[in-house]
Amino acid sequence: MSDRQQTYAKTLEMIEPFNKKGVAVTEATRFAQDLEWDSLTVLDFVANVEDEFDVLISMNMQAEIETVGQLVDALGRLKA
Amino acid sequence: MIDLFTKFDPVIALRESLLESGQTDPFNLVMEKVESPTVAICNGKRTILLGTYNYMGMTFDPDVIAAGKQALDEFGSGTTGSRVLNGTYVGHRACEEALKDFYAMDHAMVFSTGYQANLGVISTLAGKEDYIVLDIDSHASIYDGCALGNAQIVPFRHNDIDALEKRLKRIPEGAGKLVVLEGVYSMLGDIAPLKEMVAVAKANGAMVLVDEAHSMGFIGEHGRGVAEAQGIIDDVDFIIGTFSKSVGTVGGFCVSNHPKFEILRLVCRPYVFTASLPPSVVATAATSIRKLMHSADKRAHLWENSKRLHAGLRQLGFTLGTDEPQSAIIAVIMPDLETGAAMWGALLNEGLYVNLARPPATPANMTLLRCSLCALHSEEQVGEILGMFAAAGRATGCID
Repeated sequence: MSDRQQTYAKTLEMIEPFNKKGVAVTEATRFAQDLEWDSLTVLDFVANVEDEFDVLISMNMQAEIETVGQLVDALGRLKA
Repeated sequence: MIDLFTKFDPVIALRESLLESGQTDPFNLVMEKVESPTVAICNGKRTILLGTYNYMGMTFDPDVIAAGKQALDEFGSGTTGSRVLNGTYVGHRACEEALKDFYAMDHAMVFSTGYQANLGVISTLAGKEDYIVLDIDSHASIYDGCALGNAQIVPFRHNDIDALEKRLKRIPEGAGKLVVLEGVYSMLGDIAPLKEMVAVAKANGAMVLVDEAHSMGFIGEHGRGVAEAQGIIDDVDFIIGTFSKSVGTVGGFCVSNHPKFEILRLVCRPYVFTASLPPSVVATAATSIRKLMHSADKRAHLWENSKRLHAGLRQLGFTLGTDEPQSAIIAVIMPDLETGAAMWGALLNEGLYVNLARPPATPANMTLLRCSLCALHSEEQVGEILGMFAAAGRATGCID
């Protein structure tokens, strides 16, 4: 698996506990509209992702991240 | 034409459904007459005030009133100008001197509101390459200060020391860091572990700003706040406060020992581009602040009130925001907004005013009945308040 594939797989795994609606998640899945996460869920999820990948995802960055694929891309940049 | 109001339709619908039940609008109450810091007439009814943040009851203090009247007579009703143009009177300087004495700090800067103090200081201090690390439950004025500036904003879980430390350590080397904390968090009335958090911030090279809006005048030996009570006030770089709580008027401020602090007066837009406080307001504030230095007895009585209300409400069967009383705010947790609004209305019928707090202002989407005590609430009044909570709680089915 490439680095990106690994990051994507890990991200999917981390989304599952918060995927209360059982949505089939793809790269195009949107956090707010499709997963219907509120701000508190986003906070918990982001905190977990930050700890897993040992990165900071500022609120400024979060505002630009709408889909799962965009998050995986952002994580790739942050880890580089 | 696209109606720009369409985005508010969900809020309009929620409000209408709440009012359909015949409920008094919790966000449209009018005080017809105010008798004292603890009693007002609302809807023609004598009402005990338990949601005013008037912690030290200074709003009707005779010395404070006299100072305001004298300033009105001698300096007029307003300054009609910015602090940096024609809006600095001797009263504004006297007010800043009172703050420097109160906090034993080198510099004090008075803003027109507490909201503007956070807005101005936070947005000005942290620039484009800098990082602001803040508690997720921070007040709206702190978030708005972040939004007005250009820094990277990094929130951490409420009062979580490890979460703060982890985030500080991940900030790129060479970036400026500002940690923003509050002494008392106003929704649940809980305090921050400032001693540990400030130590972590300093160890990681961050400057620290603490908003002590809800602790000034009451917490700490001299009423300087939670940072004083926990013995680390000298390690705090900036303290933000307000005149609209314990001080009993309106306005905001920042105090600091930073040697370059005064330059903020020229570069802080929410300080420069607004009119200064009226002379009567700064006169009442300065008089009140100086009296608050010597109010140990009132502080002790306020603690008694807070402990008694907390214990009494818990005994009645209400769920509270903190296990122990940590401040002058006691938050009663309601199961949902409908029950909260019904309980709020029932309390008002009994003759008691509290704050109804609802999402998004509250943490974890809670609905809260927020009670803030006053040093001038008498023992009898606290007894009356508990009786009203018992009656309203039973009438609405909140307690057995």
